[in-house]
Amino acid sequence: MTNIEVIMAMKLRTVKRHFREGLKNSWRNSWMTIASVGAVTTTLILVATFLALMMNLNHVASNLEEDVEVKVLVDLTATEEETIELGENLAEIDNVESVVFSSRDEELQALVSSMGDIWGAYEDDNPLNDAFIVRATDPHDTIEIAEEIADFNQVERVNYGQDVVQNLFRFNQYARNIGLVLILALVFTAIFLISNTIKITIMARRKEIEIMKLVGATNWFIRWPFFVEGLLLGVLGSILPIALLISGYYFLDQNIESVNQFSFIEILPFNPFVWQLSFLVLAIGACIGVWGSVMSVRKFLKV
Amino acid sequence: MIEMKDVKKTYPNGVSALNGVDISIDAGEFVYLVGQSGAGKSTFIKLIFREEIASSGSIKVDNFDLLKMKWKEVPLLRRDIGVVYQDFKLLPKMTVYENVAFALEVVEETPRNIRKRVMEVLDQVGLKNKARFIPDELSGGEQQRVSIARAIANYPKLLIADEPTGNLDPDTSWEIMKLLEEINAAGTTIIMATHSKEIVNTIKRRVIAIEGGLIVRDQHRGDYGYET
Repeated sequence: MTNIEVIMAMKLRTVKRHFREGLKNSWRNSWMTIASVGAVTTTLILVATFLALMMNLNHVASNLEEDVEVKVLVDLTATEEETIELGENLAEIDNVESVVFSSRDEELQALVSSMGDIWGAYEDDNPLNDAFIVRATDPHDTIEIAEEIADFNQVERVNYGQDVVQNLFRFNQYARNIGLVLILALVFTAIFLISNTIKITIMARRKEIEIMKLVGATNWFIRWPFFVEGLLLGVLGSILPIALLISGYYFLDQNIESVNQFSFIEILPFNPFVWQLSFLVLAIGACIGVWGSVMSVRKFLKV
Repeated sequence: MIEMKDVKKTYPNGVSALNGVDISIDAGEFVYLVGQSGAGKSTFIKLIFREEIASSGSIKVDNFDLLKMKWKEVPLLRRDIGVVYQDFKLLPKMTVYENVAFALEVVEETPRNIRKRVMEVLDQVGLKNKARFIPDELSGGEQQRVSIARAIANYPKLLIADEPTGNLDPDTSWEIMKLLEEINAAGTTIIMATHSKEIVNTIKRRVIAIEGGLIVRDQHRGDYGYET
């Protein structure tokens, strides 16, 4: 073997040793392991539920926002050239994604098909205006754009469900912010809980750490088994939350359509959403486990 | 092996434990450290393996300059020094074998060498047949032997014993002393803090007496020198 091979073999053995020690420690302190895993599990169930709720709410909100559009009613007195010019002007406004022209006849057809044949009576004497449907690149700019358009020539009226849109945006904003704050608060509570639980197990092992330092162990040599242990706690703690998440969301996904037949609210599709969220939950679990563990061993390393 | 020049140590709470210590200890020596409780013996010992850092002066142990060394080198220094305590400091949940192997795992020895060396040192301290016991199943003298085995497993150049016989009865104490003498005879420098007048006056060695944070006596083949 070359020198490098010898060093590699040594490192591999050390890594194995750290894993063995980490597992052995979790086993030896089995009650504390159960307590820590319980803390992680509880927190992650809350976090997972909340994340699923938040992400779906966000999804629904985004869908609703995407549907927001400005309907520009063209003056009945406008000539064809003026109408075309208006269309060009609309397209030049900043942040406008698309401008679609809908003639008065198309408008009437749309009305008939959605409201019924009664409106067909107006076919001979169409009272409707020509219209432009304007969409903003970012739905949040809709209100501003609509106000700008209202001042244009040949515009009779601008229609974008004024009050509804404003309230929708405000509600979505609040919901997102509150959700984010709650999730962060939950995660921090979890880290605090876990680092405290692990601190208790480490307190019981401070003698071990002290002796390791006295016989010349490096700090990382001492830290690694705790790192492994924290990782194990985090991963074990995320098993139940992920199982609940998958089965719960599956149930919801299967049943929501029958309940929700006439509504246009739709939840995020089971695949890939659940797998992504499961991975996120696993990652959060592993992070808080490792973080809590490494944080709590830190102050015992100063000998 | 150890060079101290004008070493002073003041703890953060304002207590000054050493007030200017000059000492030189050669490789292979056996040195008793005597003095009343609170005289500065423990601080002297802690400074040598850098559990504490001197406030001023200079300390050289082996080839390490203890006041200038990097924090990362501390583990390397400690691998050259074995430490034995009055209260043994064994891990109660581990077997005798594991307690000793522990010190070798830390320096990343191969499993084969660890097995070989652990059995070797256990044989040396006379506990080969008790390798599978846990510390609570052993007598005090046997536990101290385990801690000595752990201290010498890594072939240290220096062995520090902080009142190794403090918790043991006289007969057992003599057995421990015999063991320490054997280790010293094999070339390891030994510094032993003790309160035992009998041991110091019987096995004559260099005696360093500390009082009020100063070395008040340094005598080859000396006496304990205090009335107890």
